[in-house]
Amino acid sequence: MDFAIDISGFVAVYIFMLAGFAGWVIIGHVPAILHTPLMSGSNFVHGIVVVGGIFALLNASSLQQQVFGFLAVLLGAGNAAGGYAVTDRMLAMFQLGGASKPKLAHARAHRTKTS
Amino acid sequence: MLTTYAQFAIGVVDLAAAILFLYGLQRMSSPVTAPSGIKVAGIGMAVAVVASFLYIFSVDDAAKPFLVMNIALALIALAIGGGIAWVAGKRVAMTAMPQMVAIYNGLGGGAAGAIAAVELYGSKTHGLTQLGVTLLGALIGAVSLSGSLIAWGKLDGILNHPLRFKGQRWVNALIVLATLVIGGGILFLASGGAIAQVGVAGMITTFFVLALILGIALTLPIGGADMPVVISVYNAFTGLAVGLEGFVLQNPALMIAGMVVGAAGMLLTLLMAQAMNRSIANVLFTNFGDAPAQKQGAIEGELKPTQAGDAGIAMRYAAKVIIIPGYGLAVAQGQQKLYEFVKLLQAGGVDVKFAIHPVAGRMPGQMDVLLAEAGVPYDMIFQLEDINADFATTDIALVIGANDVVNPAARSDKTSPIFGMPILNADKAKQVFVVKRGEGKGYAGIVNTLFYGDNCNMVYGDAQAVLIKMIEAVRGLGLPAAA
Repeated sequence: MDFAIDISGFVAVYIFMLAGFAGWVIIGHVPAILHTPLMSGSNFVHGIVVVGGIFALLNASSLQQQVFGFLAVLLGAGNAAGGYAVTDRMLAMFQLGGASKPKLAHARAHRTKTS
Repeated sequence: MLTTYAQFAIGVVDLAAAILFLYGLQRMSSPVTAPSGIKVAGIGMAVAVVASFLYIFSVDDAAKPFLVMNIALALIALAIGGGIAWVAGKRVAMTAMPQMVAIYNGLGGGAAGAIAAVELYGSKTHGLTQLGVTLLGALIGAVSLSGSLIAWGKLDGILNHPLRFKGQRWVNALIVLATLVIGGGILFLASGGAIAQVGVAGMITTFFVLALILGIALTLPIGGADMPVVISVYNAFTGLAVGLEGFVLQNPALMIAGMVVGAAGMLLTLLMAQAMNRSIANVLFTNFGDAPAQKQGAIEGELKPTQAGDAGIAMRYAAKVIIIPGYGLAVAQGQQKLYEFVKLLQAGGVDVKFAIHPVAGRMPGQMDVLLAEAGVPYDMIFQLEDINADFATTDIALVIGANDVVNPAARSDKTSPIFGMPILNADKAKQVFVVKRGEGKGYAGIVNTLFYGDNCNMVYGDAQAVLIKMIEAVRGLGLPAAA
């Protein structure tokens, strides 16, 4: 059996369309109070680019490709690690914050009107 | 055989990672589950990175002699890049968070651009579609990198003034055009099968340089007050670039994660622009704050300074106080002292609420995070639409380090660049105290007519220092706590 992945033509467009829709729907329900952590969190998620960087670097076959591949992994790792550290710190504060009971009611009050 | 197992393992792990990312983001959409959401997404990231080393079983034949070296390079890059960013992310002050998000976002865009560079310089793309997508991802990633770095510079105060000149839009349009022409040229040469031809490498380099210049040129003229929106746009850009490069590398996890962020970032940008009652195009292409400067003579009244202690005591005797925090509070790290002062007022039976403007601070929700850090309970914090009606029945509105979000000109002055932006109606309170470092204008560079109102007094000084004085003054009264 062959597990090589081959995405071409409309299959790619479908993946992009469904993923885009998923992102739109998920974020649409986020209360304003979480906008900053969420921007930071989605910033962390695109740190997955580091995986692409590792793939490119492992397949590098010249000095030039190695330099750019190294750069890709370096920057991608920075994106992922930094994004996680910052987001985790921000969200940890929400755990400590104040009384636990009004949390839910307040979260509801914070819901932004999405268009 | 080994190759097949490796491919199967990578496929399974990447699928799991994609699911964990989506589930993590979903959990992040509620304050209760949010802290676990980032951990879920983090697990997805960790397993995807570990599994990506299974690619060593299926590298190109051309790369096999370099394999050991490449593995070592990958581990070094992971350690250095990840290590530095981790330590910086853990150590940075909460107030510097927006800058950090900007810079990490730029790194992601740069990584997408670097992947495109490997593919382009190495002539690794197959067919015109892949080449075109690679170029598009390279363009977006490079713009995101240089643009985010400029945004970081502006937020960090390194770049203080927006750079604007006549005909700037034409220059920018010219750069866009030149970039597209070069990109089209590369595609044209490739369609003739001449991708390896001498000169193409030079064109690729020119393409990257132009894209980087474009990011700088687009961001420089935008005022610092609009940086949250700009970062959000670039966040979406980086997501898009990552998704496109994911297609080139035939990696569905990258495609999904990138596109989810691209769409989410766009929606987040829309929500932010909405809160300012402006369109995204208006934010990005209008020279905000550049409107004809108001003449000082046009403003009635004068600034009336008062002592911090007097203001503090006045609030102790008030029945109802609403506090409007802004970026100045974050800069002064005054949130702990502010809550200490508020607790003192509450002990005296004063009804205290916090009012948060959607774009207060440098990122949406930054004030919520700041107050949460100080331990202020959620139920004391109110958003604009929930509290604006309360100002009319409020004795004292205390504005700390906020400026443009309480400027009544947004309601009344059609010539003001912020006209139409929803504001907190602090001017409707019986008395307004404004804590401010000096007489300077706000971030948007607009005169605030609230400060000149009859019911407004200015308390000059660093927010934290002022709050300490207020606390001392109220304690000095020696009043008993209310029953």
